[in-house]
Amino acid sequence: MIRQIGASALFAGLAAGVLAALLQFWFVVPLLMEAELYESGARAHFTDGYIGSDAGAPPLGDALARHAGTLAMNVVAWIGFGLVMAAGFALAHRQGVRIDARRGLVWGLAGFAALALAPAFGLPPELPGTIAAEVSVRQAWWGFCVIATAAGLALMAFGRGPAWLVAGAALLAAPHVIGAPHLDRYFGTAAPELAALFSTRALGVSAAAWALLGVMGGWIWSREAA
Amino acid sequence: MTTKTIAASGSSTDIATIAFAAVLGLGLIFAAGFSQAGAMHDVAHDSRHATGFPCH
Repeated sequence: MIRQIGASALFAGLAAGVLAALLQFWFVVPLLMEAELYESGARAHFTDGYIGSDAGAPPLGDALARHAGTLAMNVVAWIGFGLVMAAGFALAHRQGVRIDARRGLVWGLAGFAALALAPAFGLPPELPGTIAAEVSVRQAWWGFCVIATAAGLALMAFGRGPAWLVAGAALLAAPHVIGAPHLDRYFGTAAPELAALFSTRALGVSAAAWALLGVMGGWIWSREAA
Repeated sequence: MTTKTIAASGSSTDIATIAFAAVLGLGLIFAAGFSQAGAMHDVAHDSRHATGFPCH
């Protein structure tokens, strides 16, 4: 059991973390560094009544130590996601549920829904420079949303009968009925195109990495069981 | 009786292993995504923004 959980979480987490970091360097980090030009005031979207600004990001190669940190922390986070997912595999396995690569993909997509898509519905991935509600309050809502969504999906997947589906759907809806913490003013200085692209690409990268985590985690799990 | 004891102890070992994995995983997620300690926040800054964690 410990070997199965460890192998599944470690190898799948490492692979997903590296994939997430590479995709972030390609698609997300350039937008992030471009946004910092607006955050620092080096570039402005509104100047002298004129709306518009040049597009273009600083080159990635200027900050290699910073990107090494991004790679390292992605690996840490994705091994963490992998451990929690493998613990879920083990619980399901005890109930007689078979885990393999295909089932693992479904688990990965559920992980994407719970840890990326649902919290982003209330708190979209933030472009640097975004002024938002107090971070501890946002973290609390984020954590609540993730737990409620994961629990709701689990009820829908493993509960028997329509009552469990209704209860699961209620849990999925609860964080959004309560509502994420937001300010009553907008402060954005960066171009809105940049913020939109940043949020959707962050979600897309998460989806790809969760899919890999699930497929690979499930595949390793089934091999270790054999 | 013996068989039952072994099965029961195997089962509780499993639960302990599962709980340990889950707690360790949550600890890593907290460190990578939530900890506001200065150095942790700085090195994790870009990955937090890009993963959708509330950052600062």
